[in-house]
Amino acid sequence: MNVNKNSYTIGFASVMVIIVAALLAYTSISLTPYQDRNIELEKKQNILQSVGVEVERDNSEIIYSQYIKEELILDDKGNVLDGSAFDVDLGVEVKKNIADQKLPLYISILEDSSRCFIIPLRGKGLWGPIWGYIALKEDVNTVLGAVFAHSSETPGLGAEINQSFFQEPFRDKKIFNSDDEFVSITVIKGGAPDGSMHAVDGISGGTITSDGVTDMIKERVSRYLPYIEKNKPVVNDTLMNLNLISKVYE
Amino acid sequence: MSKESLFSKKNKSLLTDPLDDNNPVTVQSLGICSALAITVQLKPAIVMALSVLFVLSVANVVVSLMRSLIPSRIRIIVQLVVIATLVILVDEVLKAFVYDVSKELSVFVGLIITNCIIMGRLEAFALANSPWKSFLDGLGNAFGYGWILIVVAFFRELLGSGTLFGYPVLENLGIYELGYENNGMMILPPMALVTVGVIIWVQRMRNNKLIESN
Repeated sequence: MNVNKNSYTIGFASVMVIIVAALLAYTSISLTPYQDRNIELEKKQNILQSVGVEVERDNSEIIYSQYIKEELILDDKGNVLDGSAFDVDLGVEVKKNIADQKLPLYISILEDSSRCFIIPLRGKGLWGPIWGYIALKEDVNTVLGAVFAHSSETPGLGAEINQSFFQEPFRDKKIFNSDDEFVSITVIKGGAPDGSMHAVDGISGGTITSDGVTDMIKERVSRYLPYIEKNKPVVNDTLMNLNLISKVYE
Repeated sequence: MSKESLFSKKNKSLLTDPLDDNNPVTVQSLGICSALAITVQLKPAIVMALSVLFVLSVANVVVSLMRSLIPSRIRIIVQLVVIATLVILVDEVLKAFVYDVSKELSVFVGLIITNCIIMGRLEAFALANSPWKSFLDGLGNAFGYGWILIVVAFFRELLGSGTLFGYPVLENLGIYELGYENNGMMILPPMALVTVGVIIWVQRMRNNKLIESN
């Protein structure tokens, strides 16, 4: 058989393409349910992680329903829309106009019965999208925890944003300054100044990804400001003052 | 045709040659780009080495089985299709059943397709040899590639971050108290080249076969 004839070459290529296409399509279709399930469980695991609850991925479903009590969708004016936050694909939403975006927000009740607000994040890293969750305590100012993930950042450099040494310092940082202005949290190359309430250390060699995290938090959280404004616990200050007064009297 | 035993001397050398005398990275200078990209830490380097081991040995066998059927004018395309198909299959299966490993691999999967060692072995060996020999050749070259990767990653992680597999070795040895500091340069890609260079130097010092006569 002459394998170098034109007709054979074209025939070989066609058959090869059909076989490969069928094989890949079949694998993809038959494995998609398993893959989607993994992604959904991981999303729940990440949301739980942001409020400081560490679970195995396989258990995240049950524990998720124990902690996450509300799944809201907001518009850019801070109004609550119909639907569940979990069904919102943020990757699609961020491409829309700001006025048309659906903003997902999760509200969790913690063990000490305090409420916390979990804002999903999505932004750009060096090579592809990065995303995550930032959980704010009841005062809607102090960070309870933050989780980040990525699809294709450089291993060992930008990809380190999903490690705890990077995420841990976000805890107890504040997104508003003492004048109540929104300042977000900045990831600083070369290290955050000591005692800063609004900055964390960047990753050596992962500056563009670190900057991506900064931009992502700032852009995403700022969209929720109308809602935060409406729901800011005004009682907090009064309560604190009362506490102070009572302490003085003691 | 006399039947050759499965592990004849010739077949064994297929497995052992690429480890030293004919190493794909240090002697043939192939696959350098992935050696730069993923050797910042030990764990991804090992995952990459294992993935290449699988893809290279299976692709070698598949191409060797088809070698009399492949039209020579489109052989490169055929090789590429075989590699890409295998890599996508591996990726899909990992994503469905061992999700954590697949996350660990992330971008490396794409890097495997572009690894010139794999194309090089298919073109230079599998197209002209029997499936069993091609399999051994694939294993040998993947090991040759893998050990370089792991050695480079070992030194880069140890000297650059002071850890191994993320475990803070140097801190526990108390070396920082003596005034030692991590060398941040080791994290950057150029130091992978320098490390590979040092390995080549040591290898050529010890292995007489590699010393050029002129």
